Amino acid sequence: MDCKRNRDMKSPPPFPDEVLERILSFITSRKDRSAVSLVSKDWYNAERWTRTSIFIGNCYSVSPQIVIRRFPKIKSVTIKGKPRFSDFNLVPPNWGADIQAWLFAFASAYPFLEELRLKRMTVSDESLEFLSLKFSNFKALSLLSCDGFSTDGLAFIASNSKNLIELDIQENAIDDFSGNWLCCFPENFTSLEILNFANLNSDVNFDALERLVSRCRSLRVLKVNKNIQLGQLQRLLVKAPQLTEIGTGSFLQELNLQQYAELACAFNHFKNLHTLSGLWEVTSVYLPVLYPACTNLTFLNLSTAVLQSDELAKVLGHCPRLQRLWVLDTVGDAGLQSVGSSCPLLEELRVFPADPYSQDIFHGVTESGFLAVSRGCRRLHYVLYFCRQMTNAAVATIVQNCPDFTHFRLCIMNPHQPDYLTDKPMDEAFGAIVKTCTKLQRLAVSGLLTDMTFEYIAKYAKNLETLSVAFAGSSDWGMQCVLDGCPKLRKLEIRDCPFGNAALLSGMERYESMRSLWMSACNLTMNGCRLLAQEMPRLNVEVIKEDESEDCVAEKVYVYRSVAGPRSDAPSFVLTL
Amino acid sequence: MERTDTYERHHLKATELRLGLPGTDEPQKQSPATASIKSNKRALPESAKDCSSNNNSCASDVKDGDCACAPSSKAQVVGWPPVRSYRKNCFQQKKNEPDVSGMYIKVSMDGAPYLRKIDLKVYKSYPELLTALENMFRFTIGEYSEKEGYNGSEYVPTYEDKDSDWMLVGDVPWDMFTSSCKRLRIMKGSEARGLGCV
Repeated sequence: MDCKRNRDMKSPPPFPDEVLERILSFITSRKDRSAVSLVSKDWYNAERWTRTSIFIGNCYSVSPQIVIRRFPKIKSVTIKGKPRFSDFNLVPPNWGADIQAWLFAFASAYPFLEELRLKRMTVSDESLEFLSLKFSNFKALSLLSCDGFSTDGLAFIASNSKNLIELDIQENAIDDFSGNWLCCFPENFTSLEILNFANLNSDVNFDALERLVSRCRSLRVLKVNKNIQLGQLQRLLVKAPQLTEIGTGSFLQELNLQQYAELACAFNHFKNLHTLSGLWEVTSVYLPVLYPACTNLTFLNLSTAVLQSDELAKVLGHCPRLQRLWVLDTVGDAGLQSVGSSCPLLEELRVFPADPYSQDIFHGVTESGFLAVSRGCRRLHYVLYFCRQMTNAAVATIVQNCPDFTHFRLCIMNPHQPDYLTDKPMDEAFGAIVKTCTKLQRLAVSGLLTDMTFEYIAKYAKNLETLSVAFAGSSDWGMQCVLDGCPKLRKLEIRDCPFGNAALLSGMERYESMRSLWMSACNLTMNGCRLLAQEMPRLNVEVIKEDESEDCVAEKVYVYRSVAGPRSDAPSFVLTL
Repeated sequence: MERTDTYERHHLKATELRLGLPGTDEPQKQSPATASIKSNKRALPESAKDCSSNNNSCASDVKDGDCACAPSSKAQVVGWPPVRSYRKNCFQQKKNEPDVSGMYIKVSMDGAPYLRKIDLKVYKSYPELLTALENMFRFTIGEYSEKEGYNGSEYVPTYEDKDSDWMLVGDVPWDMFTSSCKRLRIMKGSEARGLGCV
């Protein structure tokens, strides 16, 4: 293919537009499409006419108008809104990222929109109603970590979206009035394939749910909330033997022998189950009913199930094909030993703290559990590990065992905690990670760390895209190193570190090639931020000003590139410099 | 214990949010930035209800997900550890069952020359118990159903409960059974016909 076209020549293109568009319509990767659009004007046009799916990583980096002007034929939209630290209460409420302006634009430009996937956006009930009424072909709604709506909004979707295939409501902070929204699916509605309401708290109308499950013969994903009891679960499972992903409700209800047998029989039918989650309040009496369904399981999410080590060991003995495992740290190091011995195909492990605020180091997991996993699970490449003690030596051994890490998120829960055996900072641990794991894309650091950690990161982590830093570093030099040394860095989020204006300004040139930078409780001042804003007009430099801080201090700073200019919807506490 | 001492020493130091290099003992760094650091040492906003640290009454705060279970020692830092609100629901820590004493009960079988004893605590469910009994006495028990009991079985498991009544094994939830069962009797099927039917 002739890629270097001389713009001055008015020669006819090598292919007619229709052919080029047909070829380009096979390209689905975002990065490839981006590259394609830069080749020439013809290719740019062909690409924009053939793009059907758009991903907007920061809703304020572009405006709805710009999007609809460039891409006329979008069927699927994914948008992310607030900075990630809003998940941990660092962003005040009513910050923004409201979907409504987008929906207005889409209603006129994409009336046949089929999919909407939102993360950390604000969505009102009115928006949900609007969505359900204006898009007759709407098929899939996924809301992750969003806020602003209530179960009333879900009722609109259920009532009006006649072609709905997917309703995935995860981890949102919403008003949970009642489960009646489930009753709003019409009796002749049968298209649902994915239903996830696991994180809603209110009771749902079980009869309505049972009827819904019965008539949706293509249902393959069903994740119910903890108000669904075991006996009810059994009735649902019997109606939907084609499920491949199950999220159970509460596993606590006392069953008599017949009910137990019926439940075991129900699970026995699920030979093609690949994902299992839920299991709230599980007791060991009922765990065995799951075993026959675990043979082909690839993802087991036990992060809401309080299990002890022996219980986990027994379950894992039945999960030889497991690739992803999420557990609570109640399983302890002994539980993690059994992970290492039972799950050789494991690629991802997440260990969550059951009791994050306890000071007691005798709960939870330690470095030895992580070591045990690394010895048995050589394919491990994604880890999220909350612990209360760690050593440099352990981490070095872990990455020797598993050099293919792409995502390494270690959270030593007490800030500034050193290697508990040597009392030294944890610099060498992260040094070992970046030296050994050349494919590392995402890193979260913790423990007592000096600038040395950041020197290591800058020197070795050449594929790093996302870095999370908290309570770490000694001086501006640390942050400067990273900004200078990591060419692929896209997202940098920092809290409670001694990085000041010098560090912020050293990265001036970098921020335009990054998605965003977040810095809170560091040493930034308003003047420093103003200077950045002045020098880099294509960046939005926003300071979140809450009452308690002094006037010249920039408590929370959010910097991101944008082609849409400063926000027009910023609340009073967000100052755009 | 040496390890605890070291831990405690660093534990206390570690809670100081200050800017000095690690290892230095200078707490007085009077720079304007320390003010911003200090302001982070505040309790979780709004939903800071009082919750005793070990008491799991926090479960009632679960509704909006913001459970401020402040541990007795230090003030919490906002958003740390980075655990999502909905995960902060204070999980009821399950009690490790440290019960050392067994729950031995007599088991008699019609036609057998002597009785046996088993420890009910060893079994976690009916299927486990019934399998153990089948192995111990070398017989088979048929399918249980609420309606028919063990109809069709050569032998039927029954038990004497706290009120000295003879009950069919399997009708009540397992935990209720183990707490009320005084002894087991494996009855011949022909005799048991009266017991199994409603």
